[in-house]
Amino acid sequence: MAQLIGEGIGRVDGPAKVSGRALYVDDLHVPGCYYGATVRSTHAHALIRGITLNLDYDWSDVIVVTSVDIPGENVIALMTDDQPALAEQVVRHVTEPIALVAAPTREKALEAARNVRIEYQPLPAIIDMARSRGEEPRIFGNDNVFKKLELRLGDVKAVTGGVLIEGEYEVGHQEQLYIEPQGVLAVPREDGGVTIIGSLQCPYYVVKALIRVLGHDKLNVVQAATGGGFGGKEEYPSMLSAHAALLATRAGRPVKMVYRRDEDLRATTKRHPARVKLSTRVDESGRLLSLDADVLMDGGAYNTLSPVVISRAALHVSGPYRWETAHVRAAVVATHTPPNGAFRGFGAPQAMFAVERHLDKIARTLSIDPVELRRMNLLREGDLTVTGQVVKAPGGLLALDAALAAADESPLPPLSPIPGGGGDAARRLPGRGVSVVFHGCGFTGNGEAKIKSKVILELQGERIRVLTGSTDIGQGTDTIFPQLVASVLDIPLSWVEMAPHDTALVPDSGPTVASRTAMVVGGVVDAAARKLHAALQVEARRSAPFAELARARRARGPLRVEHQHQPDPSLRWDDERYIGDAYPTYAWMATVVDLAVDIDTGEVTYRRLITATDIGRALNPVLASGQIEGGALQALGWATFEEVVTDGKGLMLNDRLTNYIIPTAADAPEMVTLLIENPYEGGPFGAKGLGEIPMDGPAAAVAQAIEAATGAVLNRLPMTPERVLEATP
Amino acid sequence: MLTSHAEVLSPRSLQEALTAKASHPETVALAGGTDLMVLIEANKLAPSRVLNLWGVQELRGIDAQDGWIRLGALTTWTELIHSTLLADHAPALVEAAQTCGAAQIRNRGTLGGNLANASPAGDSLPPLLALDGVVELGSARRGLRRVPIERFFLGYRKTALERDELITAIYLPARVDGDETFFRKVGTRRAQSISKLSFCGRVRRQGGQVTLARLAFGALGPVPLRAHTVEVALEGGPVRPQLAELLLNDIRPIADVRSTAEYRQRAAVNVLRGWLESLAG
Amino acid sequence: MKLSFVVNGQPREAEVRPMARLLDVLREDLRLTGAKEGCGEGECGACTVLLDGQSACACLVPAVQAQGATVLTVEGLGDDPRLARLQEGFVRCGAAQCGICTPGFLMTAAELCQKGQVLSRAEVRDAVAGNLCRCTGYQKIIDAVEEALCADQPR
Ligand SMILES: Cc1cc2nc3c(=O)[nH]c(=O)nc-3n(C[C@H](O)[C@H](O)[C@H](O)COP(=O)(O)OP(=O)(O)OC[C@H]3O[C@@H](n4cnc5c(N)ncnc54)[C@H](O)[C@@H]3O)c2cc1C
Ligand code: FES
Ligand code: FES
Repeated sequence: MAQLIGEGIGRVDGPAKVSGRALYVDDLHVPGCYYGATVRSTHAHALIRGITLNLDYDWSDVIVVTSVDIPGENVIALMTDDQPALAEQVVRHVTEPIALVAAPTREKALEAARNVRIEYQPLPAIIDMARSRGEEPRIFGNDNVFKKLELRLGDVKAVTGGVLIEGEYEVGHQEQLYIEPQGVLAVPREDGGVTIIGSLQCPYYVVKALIRVLGHDKLNVVQAATGGGFGGKEEYPSMLSAHAALLATRAGRPVKMVYRRDEDLRATTKRHPARVKLSTRVDESGRLLSLDADVLMDGGAYNTLSPVVISRAALHVSGPYRWETAHVRAAVVATHTPPNGAFRGFGAPQAMFAVERHLDKIARTLSIDPVELRRMNLLREGDLTVTGQVVKAPGGLLALDAALAAADESPLPPLSPIPGGGGDAARRLPGRGVSVVFHGCGFTGNGEAKIKSKVILELQGERIRVLTGSTDIGQGTDTIFPQLVASVLDIPLSWVEMAPHDTALVPDSGPTVASRTAMVVGGVVDAAARKLHAALQVEARRSAPFAELARARRARGPLRVEHQHQPDPSLRWDDERYIGDAYPTYAWMATVVDLAVDIDTGEVTYRRLITATDIGRALNPVLASGQIEGGALQALGWATFEEVVTDGKGLMLNDRLTNYIIPTAADAPEMVTLLIENPYEGGPFGAKGLGEIPMDGPAAAVAQAIEAATGAVLNRLPMTPERVLEATP
Repeated sequence: MLTSHAEVLSPRSLQEALTAKASHPETVALAGGTDLMVLIEANKLAPSRVLNLWGVQELRGIDAQDGWIRLGALTTWTELIHSTLLADHAPALVEAAQTCGAAQIRNRGTLGGNLANASPAGDSLPPLLALDGVVELGSARRGLRRVPIERFFLGYRKTALERDELITAIYLPARVDGDETFFRKVGTRRAQSISKLSFCGRVRRQGGQVTLARLAFGALGPVPLRAHTVEVALEGGPVRPQLAELLLNDIRPIADVRSTAEYRQRAAVNVLRGWLESLAG
Repeated sequence: MKLSFVVNGQPREAEVRPMARLLDVLREDLRLTGAKEGCGEGECGACTVLLDGQSACACLVPAVQAQGATVLTVEGLGDDPRLARLQEGFVRCGAAQCGICTPGFLMTAAELCQKGQVLSRAEVRDAVAGNLCRCTGYQKIIDAVEEALCADQPR
C-alpha cells in the first residue's frame, strides 16, 4: 500500500467541508455566550490620558476590560516582549487595542465599544520607514531597528571590473485575506482555567502567550476548522485569544470574538513593505561577479516575527544564482504603524521580486535574453550560495526547462474579452515573462534544532491516532500525515486518524509555518510510524508486517510512541555571521506567465500561468498542485491588484473587499502546474516544503511580461493599471 | 452582523406603495437591497421605516410601448441580460448589465435601485444617458412624471426624486437603424468590481457624417455626465478620433482609494479615442 | 415578524426582525451554519444560498424578502443526486482547501447545474466570479464545476 504516496486522494475533511458540517469558530453555538469587541487607538502615537465610559449608556450587561484588569503580565510574548495585550499609557499605532467589551449580542458589543471614550495626547509619529532608523521618537531599542544583519561571501570591494548595474525595487503591504476573518471563542473551564477554540495556525504560540497574560497554565487551545491563514493566523491569534480569555475570565462565561472584515483589515498583520537596493557587477557575457544588496523593511510598531522575516529576505536576495562575491545588509525598522507579520513567503517574495527584476535590468543593459541570463547563472551542483552553503541537487534548471517546454507545447487559452462589449475595439498587447526562484525549506539555520518538534502515534486495536500540534489550515496535512503513516506501515488509510488539534492532547510539533509541516513534521510522523512498527516487533519478539502484529495484539491496551525531530547532524550554521547551511534544502520553481496589456487603460489580463516546481516528492499531487496554484494567484494579486492604501497615520483606508482587490476566478489565468520530483533524502519519501515558494516568483515574471508587451519598466509592486499606464512610453 | 430595527411595510400594489411613501416620507425604499443592506451593515444608514417594493408586480417587466421600451424599476440586472427586446434595442445596456457585480448581485440588484442610489459609478447610468433614457417617477398625490435621465442627477448622490416619490420605470426610445453603440467599463478587476470609469457612446451617421453623438461617462465626476464639448465637435463631420482630447473640457475626475484623477483622465481619453478610431476604420 | 418559508425542502418558521439578514436567520435562528460570512457586504459570496432557485448573498437579503420563499443551503445539496455529485467532485478535484468558500461556490454552481447551462471554461469563470477563494487559485474549482456541468449534459 506504499503506493498511497503520490496518490491524489481527496482530503479527509473534504466531505465535511462540502456539506456544511465542518465547524469554523463562528459556527460554534455556545449557550450563554457573550460577544467581544475591541476599542482601538485612533492615533498613531499618543499618550492615553483617560479611559471613560459614556454614563448615558446602559452598561448593566456589558463587561469592560482594560490593561489594569490583566491578571498576569501585559505582554503578547513572541520573540521579544515589546507588545502589550492592551495599551497602557501609550499607543504606538492606529488600531492598537486599548480596551475590550463583551455583551450578550454582537451589536450591543460593537455599540458598547463606541461608548468607551479614550482621551489622547497626540505625540509625533514616524510613519515612513525611510525615516525611522536612528531617528526620534524612539519606538524600539535605541535606534528603532528590530533587527539588522549582514552577510558576506568573498570581498565585493575587490571586484572592480565588469559593468556596474544598479537598481532600486519597492513593494508594498499585502493582506493575507483569508476568507474567514480572525476569530476565537474562549470558554471558562471548571478548574478556573480557560479553553480557547480558534481559527489559528499555531496552537502552542497561543498557549505560550496566554500563560504570561493570565498568569497560570490552566488552559488548552483547540484549533477549529480554519478558513485560511497564509501566515496571518500565525501570531495574531495570540492577541485575539488573550483578549477573549481576559473577557471570558472576567465575565465568567464564554466569549466569542470574531472580527468584522473591516476591523480585520485595519488591525491585523500584513506582509512587510520593503525597499531593496542592488548594486551589482557583471561581466560582458552576463556572469554575475558581485552583489551588493541593501534591504530595508517596515516592521510596524512591534517586533512580532520581523527578525525572522528580514533574515529570510537577506538569505533570498541573491536569487537562485551563483554570485562570485556578495555583501548583503538588511534591516527591519520600527514605525508607528500596525505591526507587520507572517505572510506566505516570509520576506522571500520581496527579495525575490527585487533580484529577479534586477536580472531583467542586467539582461536589458547587456542585451542578453533574460531567460538565457538566468540559465547561465543558476546555481549548479557544488556551487556556493551567498552563505557559503554547498548546493546539492539543485532543481532550478530542471524547473526552467520543464516550464519552457510546457509553454511551447500547451495551447494558449483564448484571451477573454474585456468587460463590456468593447472586445473588438480593445487594443491589447501580448507579453510573456519568465522567472526562476528558490525557497529555503523549513526554519533558517539551526531553528529546527531549537524547536524539537514532537509527534505521538497511538495504537489502539488496529487504529492509529496521529497526535500533532501541526494544524491543517487548508494545505492538507491532516490528509498527508495519515497517508504517510499508512504508507510506511502498509495498512489501509482508514486505520489512521488525526487526533483533534487540542493542546490538552497533542504535543508541540512546532508552528505551522515556513513550508515545514509536510517536510519536517511529516518526517517526524514517518519516523514515528517506523518506531511504532519496531515497538510492535519488540513486543512480539518477531519481525512481521505491521498489520499482522497489530491484529495479533488487538485485545491488548493502547501503545504510544513519541518521536522528536532529529536535525541533520551534517548541517552547520553560524547565526552570528550568517555563514553555512542556511536551510536543510531548497525548493525551486520556474514561472512562465502569458498576459495581455490594454494600451488604453494599462489593465493586465492574465491568460496562462505555467509553473514548474521541484518539490522533492509529491506526497499528494492534488493537494500539492492546489497549494501551488493558490499561492501563485496570491502572487498575481500582489503583482497587479493588491494595494493597501493608508492615510497619514498609517490607517488602512481601503478596508473592505470592495476596495482591497483580490483576484476573482475571472481574473485568474488558466494554470498549468508541473510538479518536478527531485527527492530530498532528508524529507519523508523525498518531499520538500512547497507552501511558500509559489508566492516568490510570479510577480517578477509579470513585470517582465508587462515590459515585453509595452516597454513599461516597473520596479514597484503592485503594478496597478495606474502605474502601468504611467510607465508606458 | 448589524440588524436594522426598522419597521417594514410590504405593499402589494403600486398605489399602496406610493400611499405609504407619501404618508411617511422618511420611509426608505427597498428593492433588491444590494446597496441598502451594505449601507446598513456599514452603519451608514439606520432607517426607521422600510418600504419593501419586491412584491409590487407593476414595477416589473420589460415591454415595448409606442416607440419606447419600458423597464419596470424592479427589473434586475439578470433580467436585463436575458431580455431579447433589449438585445435588439439597447445592447449597450445589456453589456453594462453583464459587467455589473457578479451573478448573486445581478439576480437581486435592480435598475431602479441603481438610479436611486445615484452613485456616479453606477453602471447603468452611462448607457441610459447615451440612449436618451427617461425616468418615470410616481407620487400618490401628483401621479406620474417623466424626467430625462440627464436632469435626474442633481449632484453627488442627489437626484430629482422628491421625498414622496418612487421610481416606477425607465423608458428608452426604440433603436433607430444605423445607431452604433459601445460600452466599456474600466473597473478594479474583471468582475465584482466598481467602475473607476465607465463609458457608453452612441453615434448616428449619414453618408459618413455624424448626425448625432452621445458620449456618457460614469465615475468621472459627482454625477454621471455627457461629454457635450466632444459631442458638438463630432456632430456634422466624419468621425475624427483626435477629438477625444477635447474630453478634458467635460470631465473633472477625482482621486479616491480606487484610482487617481490622472489615470481616470488619461484612460477615459484613450478609451474614447480607441472607440472613435474603430469607428473611423 | 413571523417568517415562514421553505428551507432545504422543509417548511420552517422563525420569529425575526423583518430587516434581519437571511444569513443570521439561517445561522442563528435555524442553526444552519453552512453559509459563511466573509464580508457581510455581498463581495465574497461565502454566504451564497439559492433563493427561489436563484443565487443570492444571504448577507444582503432581509428576512422580509424571504417570506414565503424557497431557500436551498449547502446542507440541503446532498438530497439531489445531481448536486451530491457536484459535492463529491469538489472533494475529488481538490476544489476545497480551507473550505470556508466552498459552500458558497457549491451554491453558485448548483444554480448553474439546475439551469442545465452549457458553458465554456471562461464562462464558468465569469459565472462564479461572485465567490472569492484565497486558497485554490480557482483552477480546481473551475475543473470541478466544469465537470459537474458536463456530467449533466446528455451524452
Ligand atoms: C458586491 C456588490 C457589487 C456591486 N457591483 C456593482 C456594479 O458592478 N455596478 C453597479 O452599478 N452597481 C454595483 N453594485 C451596487 C448595486 O448592486 C446596484 O446599485 C443595484 O442596482 C442596486 O439595486 P437594488 O435593487 O439592490 O437597490 P437597493 O439596495 O434596494 O436600493 C438602493 C437605493 O435606491 C433606493 N431605491 C430602490 N428602488 C427604488 C425605487 N423604485 N424608487 C425610489 N428609490 C428606490 C433605495 O431606497 C436605496 O436608497 C454592487 C453592489 C454590491 C453589494
Ligand atoms: S458574507 Fe455575504 S457576500 Fe461576503
Ligand atoms: S478553499 Fe479556502 S478560501 Fe477557498
